[in-house]
Amino acid sequence: MSAYQGKYAVELCANAAYIGTPGKGILAADESTGTIGKRLSSINVENVEENRRALRELLFTTPGALQYLSGVILFEETLYQKTHDGKPFVNLLKENGVLPGIKVDKGTVELAGTNGETTTQGLDGLAQRCQKYYEAGARFAKWRAVLKIGPTEPSQLAINENANGLARYAIICQENGLVPIVEPEILVDGPHDILKCADVTERVLAAVYKALNDHHVLLEGTLLKPNMVTPGSEAPKVAPEVIAEHTVRALQRTMPAAVPAVVFLSGGQSEEQATINLNAMNKFKGKKPWTLSFSFGRALQQSTLKAWGGKKENVQKAQAAFLARAKANSEATLGTYKGDATLGEGASESLHVKDYKY
Amino acid sequence: MASASLLKSSPVLDKSEWVKGQTLRQPSVSVVRCLPNAPSPLTIRAGSYADELVKTAKIVASPGRGILAMDESNATCGKRLASIGLENTEANRQAYRTLLVTAPGLGNYISGAILFEETLYQSTTDGKKIVDVLVEQKIVPGIKVDKGLVPLAGSNNESWCQGLDGLASRTAAYYQQGARFAKWRAVVSIPNGPTELAVKEAAWGLARYAAIAQDNGLVPIVEPEILLDGEHGIERTFEVAKKVWAEVFFYLAENNVLFEGILLKPSMVTPGAECKERNTPQQIADYTLKLLQRRIPPAVPGIMFLSGGQSEVEATLNLNAMNQSPNPWHVSFSYARALQNTCLKTWGGRPENVKAAQEALLIRAKANSLAQLGKYTGEGESEEAKKGMFVKGYVY
Repeated sequence: MSAYQGKYAVELCANAAYIGTPGKGILAADESTGTIGKRLSSINVENVEENRRALRELLFTTPGALQYLSGVILFEETLYQKTHDGKPFVNLLKENGVLPGIKVDKGTVELAGTNGETTTQGLDGLAQRCQKYYEAGARFAKWRAVLKIGPTEPSQLAINENANGLARYAIICQENGLVPIVEPEILVDGPHDILKCADVTERVLAAVYKALNDHHVLLEGTLLKPNMVTPGSEAPKVAPEVIAEHTVRALQRTMPAAVPAVVFLSGGQSEEQATINLNAMNKFKGKKPWTLSFSFGRALQQSTLKAWGGKKENVQKAQAAFLARAKANSEATLGTYKGDATLGEGASESLHVKDYKY
Repeated sequence: MASASLLKSSPVLDKSEWVKGQTLRQPSVSVVRCLPNAPSPLTIRAGSYADELVKTAKIVASPGRGILAMDESNATCGKRLASIGLENTEANRQAYRTLLVTAPGLGNYISGAILFEETLYQSTTDGKKIVDVLVEQKIVPGIKVDKGLVPLAGSNNESWCQGLDGLASRTAAYYQQGARFAKWRAVVSIPNGPTELAVKEAAWGLARYAAIAQDNGLVPIVEPEILLDGEHGIERTFEVAKKVWAEVFFYLAENNVLFEGILLKPSMVTPGAECKERNTPQQIADYTLKLLQRRIPPAVPGIMFLSGGQSEVEATLNLNAMNQSPNPWHVSFSYARALQNTCLKTWGGRPENVKAAQEALLIRAKANSLAQLGKYTGEGESEEAKKGMFVKGYVY
């Protein structure tokens, strides 16, 4: 059989290409209930549904922000939530040219016999869930596979298992109308240098694309959400241009031109760092037949969250912070960011949490 | 997954682990892909042949130029000579190759020439080394390094390509002689399946050859030819091609091949020669470009299509159709019969015809050069040039 050619083929390609529109990117607002609880507790806000809803409403109703977004990834609860005056979030987003997306994985579990490596769960009943989400308005999905770098990691088992899981998830999504974002995150934790990260990233991406091809996934209807190629969290830092060069080269060596866009994860980089690195990548001169954009969670919300503190009277201030980051990242996708976004409190703060579970 | 059985150890094992007990050799281009403790990104690029490979590949993949494949083995060259009534002697082979490489201004359209081993060590009839003549013409000399196809046991009458034994020393010797790129031709047959086994073997052999060639300074041309033979339609070719290229690139990656230092020589995606339904150059271009976009990493600098039995004009038209909009890799030609056919017939073995024969060669070379730039118009093509050259069950 050839790559997926079913009833959603044209729509998948159109949606994937739209998400990769230069000047736009993705807001990853799909924190699970547990994870969003950690965010809320960091600003002393109770983890109840109303607060979760209020935070997301704050983000989605920020005046002028949605023009910089082509998609927002949601957690299941949020997909069915509304603004305080009763408008479904999904409608609000769509009216403003933003595609709703949905996190469909069910978290990671350890692989027996490895040194703490994991695989991602969520394939059971995935087809039915995707159908349901499509009916609710979602048009893309996300599944996060996690790998780490260590003396004997990532093991071939972990690479194979995660690549295969991503490929199975991807084809099931396509069969049910959702553009799969393929996310093989290689954690930044560790003392390794950028070359090691580059080597591992290239091996992992080669395995991922082999699996996607073997599973007949339609590449034009997918997106990639990789880590940038950087030194480990405990290694000396390098310039953004160096990160850009290694990252683009890794993609040149592994990602076919048929994939319309890359939407980088921020993986613990500070808001400003993530933007500057993305900008450097779009300024880098080299073959780049795909758009290079963002799919940031923490790196778009950190200073917004701090400014809000859970208080109604802070909403405007918080929205201003969010707008600033959204605009900055939009410019970064065009290589025109000048580093002058009004730095909100916490914008330069590293968001790295060792051995992050999310 | 296929890879699990081939990779016995963790991919991130320190290089020193596996050279224990062996003679440590010079750092190779594999250094570029996996060296855990290198000081900075800049020094690693100076490893052995890495820079030179990238440069050579770029030169061969230069705009408006392509490859003249003139690496017919003695037996195959014999068939060519026989078709114009000539005996298969070294002198005749020398005369013919002299004619080709001395065509004036050939280097305007040809960036590389693939030679057979005999030719790499030959001189022209005037006593000048053929390699030197090529270099003067600004044409990079290349060398066929495979040892031909043999039956693949356990397959469905399919073949595999030999030549890995002693390949390291042979490629090193060819480099000394002046070759700067190599070529290895594996084939896949659609009427025979192809079986998983045959595809895997072709891909793995190409990957091993490529790694060894780079280690010894030669840019490997990676050629998994999907034979034209068969009644299958273009969709089936497309399907098989996608599978073959996925395997090829996966194994190239596993063998730590430097993609910026290779060239590809694929077959275009066409219907089988005996398929009733034919396709236009535009359709062939669409399918072929789609294949490339889905399977070829942008790091590869050049894709030099083989002609595989298409007529001279067909091969040019199809190439032209593929170059109507920008591509992330140089899309060009590596043609043998589709460049030489009319030239050979015009020569007929007579010295008085040499000039006319060379002109015929230059006409085809220029046409394909224009096709590479997307500017070929097809004006003034001869009838001979339009004749198909498909030979059923072609052994080459």
